Amino acid sequence: MDIRLNGKRYECAYSSAYDIRKNLFSEEDIIIINGFQISDDCTLKDNDEVFVISRGVMPAREQLEKMMAARHTPSVHNAVKKGFVGIAGLGGLGSNIAVSLARTGVGRMLLADFDIVEPSNLNRQSYYISHLGMYKTDALKNQLQQINPFIKIETCNIRVTDSNACELFGKCDVVCEAFDSPQAKAMLVNVLLQNCPEVKIVSGSGMAGLSSSNLIRTTRKVKNLYVCGDQQSEAKQGNGLMAPRVQICAGHQSNMVLRLLTGTEDV
Amino acid sequence: MRLNGTDKKIISPVNLKIFIEEEKYDALKIAVEINGSIIPRSEYASVMISDNDVVEIVSFVGGG
Repeated sequence: MDIRLNGKRYECAYSSAYDIRKNLFSEEDIIIINGFQISDDCTLKDNDEVFVISRGVMPAREQLEKMMAARHTPSVHNAVKKGFVGIAGLGGLGSNIAVSLARTGVGRMLLADFDIVEPSNLNRQSYYISHLGMYKTDALKNQLQQINPFIKIETCNIRVTDSNACELFGKCDVVCEAFDSPQAKAMLVNVLLQNCPEVKIVSGSGMAGLSSSNLIRTTRKVKNLYVCGDQQSEAKQGNGLMAPRVQICAGHQSNMVLRLLTGTEDV
Repeated sequence: MRLNGTDKKIISPVNLKIFIEEEKYDALKIAVEINGSIIPRSEYASVMISDNDVVEIVSFVGGG
C-alpha cells in the first residue's frame, strides 16, 4: 500500500494508523489523517495523507508546510496559495482578517495602514502590549510570520487615498476594505469599482455594540462588491466597538475572501 | 425605477444629487450604481434618474 507519510511517499507495510505509530514513532505522538486528527485507530488505505508528529514541538519546515496544507483539502490549499489579497486598514477588521487568511494559507497578502498600535486598540485588534508604538504593518507582519512562515507578506505604511488606491491594490484578486471611517470606506470602494474592474472588494459595515451576532450578514451589493456587517450599528459614543462582533464581521469577510479565491461568487 | 431592490415611483426624471439628499444619504459615505455602472461622485450633479432605472445605493457606517 502506498501512502504519504509526513509529506513523503511511503510504501506502507502497516495496516492501521496505530501500527505505524507504534513501530516508527512514539506512543504519545499525534496522528493526522487526511487533514483530521484521529483519536481512535483506523485502517489505512492507498493514498492516505498521514502525519505523525510530536506534541508541542516545531516540526521541520517542509513537514510543517505539508501538514498545514493537509489540514485543508488539496483543492482549497492550492487555490488560496495562489491568491493575492489586499487588506486596507489594519484595525479590528483588518488585523483579524489577516490572521484568519494567514492560518488558511493565502499565499500573498498586502497589508496597508499608516498608523501605530495604540493602547485603545487592544480591546479588539490582533495586537499585544509588546506591539504598542510599532507600526501596525510591522506588528501584524511579525504575527503572521509566526503563524504561517510559508506565505508572502508585503506591507505599506501609507494612508490609502483616492490617488494611490489603484496603484496599491490594482493587482489584488480581492481587497478587504477594513477602514474605520465611513468616508474612507466609501472612497476606497468607489475608486476600486470605477478603476479596477478585475478586483473584488469585501467590505465591512456595521459591527459596533452588542446587538445580536445573527444580524451580521454577508451581502453582494453590486457585481464586485460584498458588504459584511449589520449595515446599521455605527461606532459612536455609547456604542463602541468590541471584540466579538468585530471578529464575527472579520470572519464573514475572511470567509467571503476564501470563497472567492476558490471560485464561488455566491455569498 | 428600482432603488436597492424595491420599486419606487418617480413622477419625472430626477437629478441624482437631489435624489441622494431626498433619500437622506450622505454623498461622502455611499457608492452608487445605476443600471450596472458605478457613478463617480463628480458626476452626481449631472446624472439624471429616469423611470425604469435600476439604482443601487450602498451606504457605509463607521467602525472597523
